[in-house]
Formats: sequence, C-alpha cells, structure tokens
Amino acid sequence: MATSRLFRPASRLLLASRSAPALRPVFRATVAVPSIARRGYAEASGIKEMTVRDALNEAMAEEMEQNEKVFVLGEEVAQYNGAYKVTKGLLDRFGDKRVIDSPITESGFCGLTVGAALAGLHPVCEFMTFNFAMQAIDQIINSAAKTHYMSGGIQPCNITFRGPNGFAAGVAAQHSQDYTAWYGSIPGLKVVAPYSSEDAKGLLKAAIRDPNPVVVLENELLYGLPFQMSEAAQKDDFVIPFGKAKIERPGKDLTIVTLSRCVGQSLVAAEELKKRYGVEAEVINLRSIKPLDVEAIVNSVKKTGHMLAVESGFPSFGVGSEIIALTCEYAFDYLDAPPARVTGAEVPTPYAQKLEEMSFPTEELIVQYAAKLLRV
Amino acid sequence: MLSRAIRRSFASPLRRNAFVPAGRPAFRMVTTDAASSHADKEAVPKEDDKPFEVRLSDESFETYELDPPPYTLSTTKAELKQMYYDMVAVRRMEMAADRLYKEKKIRGFCHLSTGQEAVAVGIEHAIEKTDHLITAYRCHGFALMRGGTVKSIIGELLGRRGGIAYGKGGSMHMFAPGFYGGNGIVGAQVPVGAGIAFAMKYNQKDAVTLALYGDGASNQGQVFEAFNMAKLWNLPVVFGCENNKYGMGTAASRSSALTDYYKRGQYIPGLKINGMDVLAVKAAVQYGKEWCREGKGPLVYEYVTYRYGGHSMSDPGTTYRTREEIQRMRSTNDPIAGLKQKLLDWGVVSEEELKAIDKEARSNVDAEVAEAEEMPIPDPTGKVLFEDIYVRGSEPEFMRGRIPEENFYYTEADMGNEQTPIART
Repeated sequence: MATSRLFRPASRLLLASRSAPALRPVFRATVAVPSIARRGYAEASGIKEMTVRDALNEAMAEEMEQNEKVFVLGEEVAQYNGAYKVTKGLLDRFGDKRVIDSPITESGFCGLTVGAALAGLHPVCEFMTFNFAMQAIDQIINSAAKTHYMSGGIQPCNITFRGPNGFAAGVAAQHSQDYTAWYGSIPGLKVVAPYSSEDAKGLLKAAIRDPNPVVVLENELLYGLPFQMSEAAQKDDFVIPFGKAKIERPGKDLTIVTLSRCVGQSLVAAEELKKRYGVEAEVINLRSIKPLDVEAIVNSVKKTGHMLAVESGFPSFGVGSEIIALTCEYAFDYLDAPPARVTGAEVPTPYAQKLEEMSFPTEELIVQYAAKLLRV
Repeated sequence: MLSRAIRRSFASPLRRNAFVPAGRPAFRMVTTDAASSHADKEAVPKEDDKPFEVRLSDESFETYELDPPPYTLSTTKAELKQMYYDMVAVRRMEMAADRLYKEKKIRGFCHLSTGQEAVAVGIEHAIEKTDHLITAYRCHGFALMRGGTVKSIIGELLGRRGGIAYGKGGSMHMFAPGFYGGNGIVGAQVPVGAGIAFAMKYNQKDAVTLALYGDGASNQGQVFEAFNMAKLWNLPVVFGCENNKYGMGTAASRSSALTDYYKRGQYIPGLKINGMDVLAVKAAVQYGKEWCREGKGPLVYEYVTYRYGGHSMSDPGTTYRTREEIQRMRSTNDPIAGLKQKLLDWGVVSEEELKAIDKEARSNVDAEVAEAEEMPIPDPTGKVLFEDIYVRGSEPEFMRGRIPEENFYYTEADMGNEQTPIART
C-alpha cells in the first residue's frame, strides 16, 4: 500500500516541490475551477482570499493554540508537512509532542487516537485519504461513535477524523471513493463536508470543539482553490454550527442540494442554466451531513417546487437517495415534478481520463439533467 | 535467561502442571498451580496490617528479554483476606449471571470469567485507582474490581435502568473509575489501550495502563500495530494476554503459530505469569507498573489461566476439550481453592474465619443480585431511547425514529446536564 501512495500523482508532485502553489496549475489542468470561486479578489476592505488548504491549516493552528489538549496525529503530518500540505508548519510551531507522524497503520493509530480521546485529549486524527480509513472504520464506528451511548453517557469521545474524501483526478478505483453515505449513516457520529475556505475553517474548528466524534470529509481537488474569507471568518473564534446548510445562490425555479466539490460544479451549472434557459436555480451547500438540514431543503422546495440532488458518491443507498427520500417525506406536497439526482456512476472509478469523466457529475450533465427535470 | 540463573533450589512440592506437553523440559514451564506460593507459618504476624513476605514458586514466571520480577511479595493478612473475598465475590457474581441467563432473564451474549478470577483480582491489588485498564468482552470481574457494584453490573446484564451503563451497554460494555470498558470487537481495545497510555504520557501523569486481550485476539493485526506504536513512543502500557487456552472453541495451538504470547512483542520484553495464582499476578503487575513508571516503555504479559465455562452461555464448552481437562483444572488449579489452602496452611485465617468470609461474600453478592432483579427497566420512551447518543447539550436538533412521527426532538425535552466521564481518573 505504501507504494501505491508513493506513486499517486499528487504525492509525487508534492515530493518534488513542496510548495503548495506549484500544485495549482496541475489541478486546474484537470479540474474545471468553478468560475464563482475564481471571481473577485479583495474588493471590500477586510475580505481576504485564502485557499481551502490554508483555511484548514489555520483552523488547526488556532485550536491548538487555544487548547493544550488538541494534537494532530497521522501519516506524514509532521516532518513531511502533510501529504497534501494541510498540516504545513504545525510541527515547527507546536513541536513533536503535538504534531505526530504515525506509522502506516490506520487501524492502530486510529484506535490509539480514540483511546487518547476516551482518556480526555482532543485528537485530530488525519487520514491521508478516507480511502485508507477503511482499514480503521471499525475504530471510528465501534470504538468512537458508539461508546458514549453504550456507556450510558458516561464515556465521551472528543475526536476529529479528517482527510480528503471522494473524487480525485486520475487515481483510479482504490483512491477515488466517496464515503459520505457510509459515515453519514452512523448515529453517534457527526459528519461535515466543507466546500469553501470559510466552510473549511469554520467547520473544522467546530469539529475540534465538539465533544463528540466528528468526521470532516475534505476534498483533495478543493485544497488548492482560493475563496474569499470574510472578516468574521478570519477571526480565531469563527465556527460554523453543525446542521445548518448554506444557500450559496438563491433562486426560485429549482433547488439543487449538494455538498463538497459538487457545490462548485452546481454553482457553475446554475449560472449556465440562467444563461441558456433563464432559469434561477437555488444552490444549497449542505455543509453538514449529519445532522442534515432538512428544514433548509423543505423551505427551498416550497419555493421552487423542484429538487435535484447532486453528489459524487455511488448512487445506491447514497446521499442523493437520502435527500430524495427526505424531500418526499417532508415536502412531497410542494413538488411539481419527481425529485431527481445526479450522482457518481455505479462503477469502480476507472483510470483512463475519458472513462473517469463518465463516472462523476460534470457541470454540463447537471445543466442538462436540470433542464430535463424542469422541462425547459 | 536470568530467570533460570537465579532459579531457586527448592522445587514446589505441589507442582501439578496440567499443560506440560510431552518432550518439553518441565523447568521451562510456568505452573498453573494456584497454591504454589510459600510463606513460613512462624513469619506470619498476628496483626492484620503488618507486612510479611511470601515466596512465589520459581515456576511463577517465564521471561522474554526481561529480568524476572522478585520472587518475593510483601503482603498483609488483611490483603490476603481481601483478595480471597474478592475472588469469591467475582465467582459468586458470575454464577448469579449464569443462573439468570439460564432463567432467560439475561439476553444476548454473556461471557463469564469463572476460573479466571485471579487475573482481575491480582491486577486490582497491584494498581491504583488512578491507573487505567481496558479489556475485551469478558469484563464483569474487572468492572467489579475497578469499582462497579454487583448490583449495577447484574442490573446491566438484566437491562435495567439502574445498570452500570443504564441498560444501554449490556454484558460487554461497562465503565468504572479507571476502567474503559469491555470492547465487543476482538482486539480493538488494544490500540485504544495504547491511546489511553498515550494520553497519560501526554499529560505527564504517572499512571500505567493495562490493555488486556485473549489468546484469540492475540493474532489480530491491530494488536501488533499497537505494540509497534507503544514501543516507538515508549508508552506506559502493559499489554496483557489472558491465555485461557481457547479462543472461543479453537485451541491456542490451532490458531497461533507461536503460542508463547509473552514473546509476541518481539522487540518488547515479555513475561509469562501463573495466572491462577493471585499472588503471582499481583507481583508481576506491581513490577510492570514500576517498570512503566521508570519510563522503560511497554511490556507484554501473558497470564496463563483457564476458563471453566464455555466461551459464552450458548457454548457448553465440551466439544473442543474434554470434560476431564476441565475437571482437572477445577479440582487441582482453582485460584480460589489454591489461595484458601495457603491461607489455612500459613495460619492467616482459621477454618471458621474463612467460612465467615465465604458466607459474607456470598450473602453480600446475593443481596445485591436480588436488589438488581428488583430494579425497574428503562422507560420505553423516546427520551430514554435517544438520550446519550451525543454528549448532552451538543445533540442535533432531532434524531429520526422508525417513522417520521417517531422522530425525537431534543429541543422539546429536558435532557439534563452532561455527565461526568467516570473512567478518567
């Protein structure tokens, strides 16, 4: 497994040049950067641009500064500065007591951080990617998520599991899976999926502070993207409450419920829908998967009468299925058409580029399917 | 090994080793004789709390890359009596669980530790409440020794509101001061235990963590992952394999390429211990605690013991071993009978006193079991069902029931305050 990590394109690039900016052109070449994210350098005073990677880094640094119990443990988080440079500089700042390189033993180090959390510390357990966390999923679910309930509420576990999840470019089946539905189904866990830099900082800080086990599902392709950070978000007390979705783009004709990287794609698609058909789509960034903001979905559907879920996981028993089910349960009477979903394809992610493109939602596909749903 | 070099000249007169395989030199074996320790009757003081020395059998330990613990143990009459009381209480409680299970009052899984009492009791008499312990699903004895009450443990088995986990955990999930529970996933508690030790080191606390697992779990990959990190980071943890000879129904030799579990740490020093002799267990754990306190890192212990009953209540325990083997262990190696014999031999107690202790332990346990049976079950309400999934005050707005009408809204109920994390001492 170590070898497969080594030969991952992203890791290899990082090995060659350790600076984050060098990565961006590569990511741009393979990924369409949502125009909305590219737009707008600091206009109003106080607003700053920051990449998701830096926002995550800032969140951890601030929480470590404020709470001695917080430490970061994971593969390559310290001397290597993080496989994706998310933990860059933390070792120099906080020392090797609090920023710890672990051996490549997911089950073991995940269990170890869970034990540390049971004993009262607040670990941030980084997985190089959530694909590798499958080796540790027993510890996340059986040891972390269930212990509080099984103890009758006398044994809490304040721990944050974080790392990149879901689609990444050109890394084939074992390194491209989206685990949102897996973790989102577990009572006892809280699960968040940040999209922008504000999301990343606010949700990760909230996760570290939350007394329960929280899974933070980041996305590798978002790490290098710059987003605007409001003045409030730049402060060290900025947290985003769990269970509240964000309306990224208001609209009256169609509700697009989406998360993580698909938020960017949906925003681009929404602009295109307006341009081509004059349709105003409302884009809801879920931010939090568990708890899920059903109210925001229902309120939006009340207004638009149409719901399209966009996510990149496997279709069966997925986030899209859940959103459709909830929409039918709570907002059926407001729907003017059956709710629909755009998801990843039911296929182990192929390596070849054109085949890979067919496996995940694209902006064009979202536009076309939304148009079909709206009969425009 | 050094242990052999300083081997004592006298041989235990009561050596009855049931596990000597043919062709293997007997001097290398750890005995499972529960009555192998020795004290001079004349040296036993009159006072209950005056220390005196007990000599352990030279077959109490085998070492791996380690100097053996001292073969002498300082104890008092009061402590010996307490140890005896504790073992009787644990067994009485397990027997009560056995009865309640057969009466169909206990549901699901129930793993009893009858025969293994010396391990839980010996460990408890060697560590402090500020030390930590985590074990697998055979956890009732440990829960009791760490400070759980018979009433709360049996209450939990019966699924009562007054159970140690309020009826939410059942047989395998109990928490007490310095006790991070049973874990129902074989081997998963071992890295978690290393993590508890990690937290102690992080907080610069002078505490040892005991991470216990069975001979069955010893082959789990994450056990070795935990060994690696514990040694790498010099964690104050004593890993402990309770070798009761069978992982469920598979004999150790049928599951493990190397059945010397104390050598499984490879780069971690190990100690094999007569787990039927409560005094040997105490001496070993005391030694391990001191070892960790001195910052020497982890140890791997193997407690050689025996389970009288089946793996769980559904296992008669006789398809993979002979009735004779069980009978032989019960009649010749029983930890309670062994200590009893020594207490009488050494004149620590008279026959009558011992009977009184027996009677006291039994009546105390029986009374608490009876109380537990009277405890109410949890109210079958949404509030009780959904409480404590998350830390109180940090719950989501609602949790979903089987149908939307059964959704439970935390905001509409008074869930009470956050509870104190009891295990963190």
